Amino acid sequence: MTVFEYAPAPESAAIADVRASYGLFIDGEFTDGGGEPFKTVNPATEEALAEVATADQADVDRAVAAARRAFETVWGPMPGTERAKYLFRIARLLQERSRELAVLESIDNGKPIRESRDVDLPLVAAHFFYYAGWADKLGHAGFGPDPRPLGVAGQVIPWNFPLLMLAWKIAPALACGNTVVLKPAETTPLTALLFAGICRQAGLPPGVVNIVTGAGETGRLLTGHPGIDKVAFTGSTGVGRQIARQVAGTRKRLTLELGGKAANIVFDDAPIDQAVEGIVNGIFFNQGHVCCAGSRLLVQESVAAELLERLRTRMATLRVGDPLDKNTDIGAINSAAQLARIQDLVAAGEAEGAERWAPACDLPAQGYWFPPTVFTQVAASHRIAQEEIFGPVLSVLTFRTPDEAVTKANNTPYGLSAGIWTDKGSRILWTAQRLRAGIVWANTFNKFDPASPFGGYKESGYGREGGRHGLEAYLDV
Amino acid sequence: MADPTTLPKKTDQQGLRAFLHGLPAVDQTGAQERAARLASRSIKTSAKAAAIDLAISMVDLTTLEGADTPGKVRAMCAKAVRPDPAVPSVPAVAAVCVYPDMVDVAVDALRGTGVGVASVATAFPSGRAPLEAKLADTRAAVAAGAAEIDMVIDRGAFLSGDYAKVSDEIAAVKRACGPAHLKVILETGELATLDNVRRASWLAMRAGADFIKTSTGKISPAATLPVTLVMLEAVRDYRAATGRQVGVKPAGGIRTTKDAIKYLVLVNETAGADWLSPDWFRLGASSVLNDLLMQRRKLSTGVYSGPDYFTLD
Repeated sequence: MTVFEYAPAPESAAIADVRASYGLFIDGEFTDGGGEPFKTVNPATEEALAEVATADQADVDRAVAAARRAFETVWGPMPGTERAKYLFRIARLLQERSRELAVLESIDNGKPIRESRDVDLPLVAAHFFYYAGWADKLGHAGFGPDPRPLGVAGQVIPWNFPLLMLAWKIAPALACGNTVVLKPAETTPLTALLFAGICRQAGLPPGVVNIVTGAGETGRLLTGHPGIDKVAFTGSTGVGRQIARQVAGTRKRLTLELGGKAANIVFDDAPIDQAVEGIVNGIFFNQGHVCCAGSRLLVQESVAAELLERLRTRMATLRVGDPLDKNTDIGAINSAAQLARIQDLVAAGEAEGAERWAPACDLPAQGYWFPPTVFTQVAASHRIAQEEIFGPVLSVLTFRTPDEAVTKANNTPYGLSAGIWTDKGSRILWTAQRLRAGIVWANTFNKFDPASPFGGYKESGYGREGGRHGLEAYLDV
Repeated sequence: MADPTTLPKKTDQQGLRAFLHGLPAVDQTGAQERAARLASRSIKTSAKAAAIDLAISMVDLTTLEGADTPGKVRAMCAKAVRPDPAVPSVPAVAAVCVYPDMVDVAVDALRGTGVGVASVATAFPSGRAPLEAKLADTRAAVAAGAAEIDMVIDRGAFLSGDYAKVSDEIAAVKRACGPAHLKVILETGELATLDNVRRASWLAMRAGADFIKTSTGKISPAATLPVTLVMLEAVRDYRAATGRQVGVKPAGGIRTTKDAIKYLVLVNETAGADWLSPDWFRLGASSVLNDLLMQRRKLSTGVYSGPDYFTLD
């Protein structure tokens, strides 16, 4: 027997130029912030990468004022054909600089370079290309002959897909003629600040895009600011609730993309090897830091034993480690806080009687890591079956009939996504019609396309991002 | 997975059909994605060096032309034993693969070298001949000294649903092989769907195949990564069910070191390390050998030497 060891194949960290400190991006200029600066950390090494400014009330005021000025004097009046040129230019620059952006994303976030290179960055560019195409065709989008932008959008995004979530927010907003003030997550601000540089490189007029960094308080200042017309938030359901309360009773429009606890349903006639891949991709993609992750596996009892055996065999081949190694499948957990939350829920799962299994894997001594983990003997009443873990942890439940599968899948306050695995087309349609989830994948999982709307039912939020539907959130309709 | 001990008798058409159609489905898109994902592994430095030598040792160096002559076969055999005369540390290939009438030439040329002689048989490549002719073809090759027989299945019978005929024929050829190893060529380019590839793989293994092989090399597409992925899943599952290990041989269309390494990654992460040996995995190819040699020299010397530094046989 030959052991085929893959030698380290690291992408060069030097491709990304990380500066010692970063300011806010307001009105086309990088400026200091009034708050106490914070450090962003490489989660794979726990080393501080850079010091980043914190925006205080005055900074947010300046950013909103700059965005308002840009909206009223430049971007709002600009014909869609002209706005499109800027967006196409940004999209091309994102492609040209994708390697640098991918490396920076992996360093700051901990996600494997294979994913930032092959998934995040191509989707980021695609999103800008897609909405650039809409900018001069808004009259044909089904929202009236000449739909108007809302004005200034305040946008707050999470740390799991920092640049991709930025693209989902900024591209449609700009295409529709709005200007934006965006706050990236405090653990992953670097690619947004590099994006600010790309806006300058593209010659985007000052004030159209403003980036304010900081923790939750900066986000509250932004979403609560009286000068904005629209709030868009992606993140936890808890924070989403706070924002909804804050916005209630104001003129602001609101879209929320929140948590999930998606069911990945495997029927007995599923293409079993591909279903195993889909389960792996559903929960271990991006360390499970995915709001639409397939974190609840619902498998038909008659094939459960065979499927789980194959799943365990497959999990043993997952490569956990250095995010910059091109062969890494699972990178670092984004932060110490998130790691603690995962550990807390996993401990709860064990305490409640579920059976925990993870393949043997050597985790690096430094950094935040968690092995790919699967829980069997999970009851619907366990916390690990109900709460979003947001980590590489899968909870397995079984079902006996299609009706039971649908009932269990829908038995959650969330409703973001779901997966169906069966070789039978009619069963796909039957099941999809009954699932209360915004996105339903059939015989695949975690597939994204800028033309396809994305969003939740129930406590997974409201509003849609992507596709023609995604325009509605940024138009006065 | 069905229990193999309760499998139908080989002539039980209905039972065999029920078994093969009861195998789990293959989702083509998913299989293609998985193969493409594995193909994106980055194999560098020491891993690449080990992979190149392993790949060389797995090559079935092949010439299957109407214009083959004893001189051509002897030249290929010399290359098989010492692929790079300037560098003795380069391993020999696994075997040479020739038509039955060239077996005696190859056996003479390779005596005592450890390099095997494989022969195609059973009216290769179409398989369109009476069973008796196919068996005579096989016996002649074995009598001439072939240690491995690469047979083709009757794709017409398979596609018309006559699985029993395909199975009986494989079993008959297996008997005719005697001690020689039997590789069964599925000609996946003509089976078209991955469901068919999985069914044909199981059919061949149940009928006695020691190896399952993708292609003759005469039909396009020949070996592809998704097809090989499905076959590797089949041998993995078959061993889990029966305890018997069957080898896999992709053949045709493997031209570069990159291609060869992609197949090794596929083996490593699908069937597992137990298959990473010439006993259980072969690469049916000819032109890939020179590229492997060229990449090997590049790794050891740091510079590329031109194609003229490697023999064309």
